[in-house]
Amino acid sequence: MSSEILISSLYVFALAAFLGYQVISRVPPLLHTPLMSATNAISAISVVGALVTAGANYGKVSKILGLIAVISATINVVGGFMITDRMLRMFKEKTGGSDKDKTGGSGSNHKGGRH
Amino acid sequence: MDLKKYLIEITYLLASILFVFGLKGLSHPKTARRGMNLAALGMLVAIVGTLFHNDIINYELIMIGLVIGGLIGAAMSIWMPMTAMPQRTALSHAFGALAASLVGISEYYRHVVDSHETMEAYKMTALGFEVLFGSLTVTGSLIAFAKLQELVRGTPITYKGQNIVNLSLFALAAIIFIYLIFVPTATPLFYLMVVLSFVFGVLLVMPIGSADMPVVMSLMNSYAGLASAATGFAIGNNVLIIAGTLDGFSGFILSILMCKAMNRSITNVLFGAFGSPSTETGAALDGVMREVVADDVAVRLAYARQVVFVPGYGMATAQAQHAVRELGDALELRGVIVKYAIHPVAGRMPGHMNVLLAEANVPYSSLYEMDQINPELPATDVAVVIGANDVVNPDARDNPKSPIAGMPIIEVDRAQSVIVLKRGKGKGFSGLENPLFYKSNTGMLYGDAKSSLSKLVQAVQHS
Repeated sequence: MSSEILISSLYVFALAAFLGYQVISRVPPLLHTPLMSATNAISAISVVGALVTAGANYGKVSKILGLIAVISATINVVGGFMITDRMLRMFKEKTGGSDKDKTGGSGSNHKGGRH
Repeated sequence: MDLKKYLIEITYLLASILFVFGLKGLSHPKTARRGMNLAALGMLVAIVGTLFHNDIINYELIMIGLVIGGLIGAAMSIWMPMTAMPQRTALSHAFGALAASLVGISEYYRHVVDSHETMEAYKMTALGFEVLFGSLTVTGSLIAFAKLQELVRGTPITYKGQNIVNLSLFALAAIIFIYLIFVPTATPLFYLMVVLSFVFGVLLVMPIGSADMPVVMSLMNSYAGLASAATGFAIGNNVLIIAGTLDGFSGFILSILMCKAMNRSITNVLFGAFGSPSTETGAALDGVMREVVADDVAVRLAYARQVVFVPGYGMATAQAQHAVRELGDALELRGVIVKYAIHPVAGRMPGHMNVLLAEANVPYSSLYEMDQINPELPATDVAVVIGANDVVNPDARDNPKSPIAGMPIIEVDRAQSVIVLKRGKGKGFSGLENPLFYKSNTGMLYGDAKSSLSKLVQAVQHS
């Protein structure tokens, strides 16, 4: 039983690695920051493990650890996809038009950066 | 398998497919947003599917977690300024890795501590990797965050025998890990391994200078992904393996690209403590730096045929991206061809400068990669360096003894003339002398980049 799971998991891993290499090597340097936040959001899929840990009857320790895990994974899911979209919305082929950065452009006006 | 379980697996399969489509969309800015929407849909499907998992009996904690996490995530993504993108990304690597390690620890606790079961070797191996990678990424990313936010000083923090301490610590954790595979019930050792990984993460990133952050960020990206993938192995969940592997490989590819762009190996970045004061800085340079005033520069820019802007981290710290674009616009109005040259490691994370310029509404068709712009520089009238230093240092090309020898650079020294916007006369972050500043066709414009640029905009408009 367990060795079957292991073998099929290794298949999935190897194929995903190959696919990942193919897909990601085509991403232009222009989009490397969005790429990083996008893959980060996607790998927050570990939230599904966290959800089960937090919601199942696995004992008190699991519940607490699960809750923290759900929170931190969800931060990445929601934050990751939203900020990736906020960035991608800013990439434009040619300037012109003025409706485009309702939230995108406002970012740097906020305080909270360095200095 | 009952029907419900099949349905959950199908949502996971769907999510995996949508994730791949999402990343495929990132191959072009035009398709990127649609791609990411698909990926987000995939995530939603997987989360909703999981809520029907048979083991879940209590939704209270789940809802609390989803709401708190969602609010924090949304708030961070709405109010985080674009210049703080590297910090945010470092934090999110820490969160992602924390989630993965906690799931791993709780899985171990439940089986071994609570139920006094033993653990199959393959599962223990997966859990070990998960906890090892996860924990070191949590603390490593937090240190990276602290350095980027300047809570900790950005220069390498080193001491004698550092590498030996780090390596022996890592070796110890590895030995414990191997022992645990054979004797999974050695609970104290498991906790010791977790603690060692946390400590190792701190020690690993402390000696790395801020200028090397693009590599660190990429590596942490990779480790966080691999930790998720290991979680997938441990709990037998394929979508975790797929998503984690995609993330892991993405980070890995980026690390390699970043290292290539600095002509250094990953080992050298991690253990070289580059840019520390003790680094040999090469001979001090003779000659003078010629200071120029904004009005003269403006005239030169206004009557140029082609101007190339080369932004660096200084543009981010000065939040000068909007001012750069204003100057670019003013010049374009006068018929000057304006281009922006982006070095792969300019800034603190891969693609950092592109995002900032995009934020300032610079169209991506005006952004040029290093290899595209270099052949054009000899025919460029003025190259304007904004808060960049090492990435335009001709020593990297000409002086084999330079610590950055062999690093590919944007060859602004080959342009007809160069203007360097710099805060002060001091050396750059890495402490290296830059012969570019002493060249006869280089003018130094001192002051805060943002206000210097605003002065230039005014002067160009009036000339």
